[in-house]
Amino acid sequence: MSRLSDAFRHKALIGYVTVGYPSLEDTMKVVPLLAESGCDIVELGIPFSDPLADGVTIQKASFRALQNGVTPEVCLETARKLREKVGIPLVFMTYFNPVLSYGLDEFCSACNGAGIDGLIIPDLPPEEGEKLQQSTGHCNLDLIYLLAPTSTESRIRLVAERSRGFIYLVSVTGVTGARAALPEDLTAFVARVRRIAKQPLCIGFGISTPEQSKEVARIADGIIVGSRIIQLMEEDKTLASVGDFVRGLRKALDEIPT
Amino acid sequence: MAKISLPDNRGYFGEYGGRFVPETLMPVLDELTAAYAEAKADDSFWSELDHLSRDFSGRPTPLYFGEKLTGHCGGARIYLKREDLAHTGAHKINNALGQGLLARRIGKKRIIAETGAGQHGVATAAVCAMLGMDCIIYMGEEDVRRQALNVFRMKLMGAEVRPVSGGSRTLKDAVNEAIRDWVTNARDTYYLLGSVVGPHPYPMMVRDFQSVIGKEARQQILDKVGRLPDYIVACVGGGSNSIGIFYPFLDDKDVKLVGVEAAGRGIDTGEHAASIIAGRVGVLHGSKSYVLQNRAGQIMETHSISAGLDYPGVGPEHGYLKDTGRASYVGVTDSEALEGFQLLCRAEGITPALESSHAVIYAARLAATLDKEKIIIVNLSGRGDKDMSIVADALGVKL
Repeated sequence: MSRLSDAFRHKALIGYVTVGYPSLEDTMKVVPLLAESGCDIVELGIPFSDPLADGVTIQKASFRALQNGVTPEVCLETARKLREKVGIPLVFMTYFNPVLSYGLDEFCSACNGAGIDGLIIPDLPPEEGEKLQQSTGHCNLDLIYLLAPTSTESRIRLVAERSRGFIYLVSVTGVTGARAALPEDLTAFVARVRRIAKQPLCIGFGISTPEQSKEVARIADGIIVGSRIIQLMEEDKTLASVGDFVRGLRKALDEIPT
Repeated sequence: MAKISLPDNRGYFGEYGGRFVPETLMPVLDELTAAYAEAKADDSFWSELDHLSRDFSGRPTPLYFGEKLTGHCGGARIYLKREDLAHTGAHKINNALGQGLLARRIGKKRIIAETGAGQHGVATAAVCAMLGMDCIIYMGEEDVRRQALNVFRMKLMGAEVRPVSGGSRTLKDAVNEAIRDWVTNARDTYYLLGSVVGPHPYPMMVRDFQSVIGKEARQQILDKVGRLPDYIVACVGGGSNSIGIFYPFLDDKDVKLVGVEAAGRGIDTGEHAASIIAGRVGVLHGSKSYVLQNRAGQIMETHSISAGLDYPGVGPEHGYLKDTGRASYVGVTDSEALEGFQLLCRAEGITPALESSHAVIYAARLAATLDKEKIIIVNLSGRGDKDMSIVADALGVKL
């Protein structure tokens, strides 16, 4: 049983931050804050130069982080330091090239050493993930795959067979980023996956308010919020509003009758 | 021909290729692969493409013996495959037309594309106008500036040109933005990718549509001189014109294939776009191949005087041809390309695109080292009208 499964004792709240945005000091402050305010898992984004699954907010954060000199090494070091401060699971979210460049086995073993629990790589579908999956398997890491509204039944089966920890459901066809409304066919999409997959299902992309969180968490096991947290970090350097925002999400999730 | 077996059914040429894209696009790529296989087996698809290639694009393009250029170099005979004479001014129309017909066949009316020099954008805009489809072109801000003429041409043909302000504001960033649009509008949008890059089936499909260049050239040289050439020289950015002319010669082992990459200000300066010569294996824009990247796996910014070669990746089949030794790859700098540009203007009254000028100068120097009975075919992939202001600038001429 992976550590990630602890997060699903209730509706899980997963927060995302880009490592080194706006600075490494902020990352060191915000992750413990997310944990105290009610996040069950934190995704640490390793910035990539060409984040093609990301919308404007995370693109800008990645760009700034790279300007700040953030590398996979720096992210591993940051994770190691965060591990001393927080007990919740930490997962890396990044693109495949930095991982490939680091070396699959080397990267996974470094992740293990830094106390990372899992990996999310949006440009690595299960067909291309076999080698990385062997490496994660040896290093006690969960490789979390994604499903999208366009996924066919055979693809849902493939991901259900391979994904570890949970399955990341992309709420919309599109890139990351806060959205005013979520698609109407989301319920049907989740139901299609639920019929096949046994893992917890977490929904991300576009969730930015307590109302949306509540609506989505009724049909899912967890929600993932990223761009809105990044925006708040930009707007309020004290990070106070990030804490308020996350507590608001936690409260909304806890109001859902079990 | 035997080599038809590559790529394999997962889209791999040896260790290169594959599909490294967000899940949203995986079902779309499955559908596209199936639709293309069906079209490929359908004679009526090819007969329509042949008909439009002839009447719309002006194919076949001539194979021209550059007698004065040959005399100037004093060695091997140089033949030019005149893709510069194709409609819209470059080989890009071959692929735009093929994929445009495929998009129509699968019922998608909204077409998106990326462009660097603007040649693929113009070709796509032309095909969309002709087929009555909506057309959106992503183009880096830097390229919008340096290729203003092509931007205007695209708009005249009804395309919407969206400048991309992210990253280096060139071709790489235009591809990122096109992929983001595609992920968002996957259900009704066709991504008309312009080179032999991207996820499977694009490298295969674009190669197939561009291989008309090599098929024609092979027959034309046999008709003219009764034998195959000794060398084929073509420039390589993403690598579509080069794969297009190389592919039908792959089994002709005595024909040497040379890809010319953009060495920009020199490989040592780091300011270049020579992915095969100076890159290492990585994943960019959906496939595994040679990529210009730093130690941390971040994609590097590139430089070339020619916008069409200014790209940090290269098609996976080129990676395979390099590793197997079937093709060799060399670099030509900005200033050498400018020399090639001027040489062809003066010697033959032909204005090559700056991209093609890289191949021209390499071939000219190679010819000088070879005997007079040797034959070189240069793929003159595009014409240089679009590059006039850049060349004037570089030569210190005020227009």
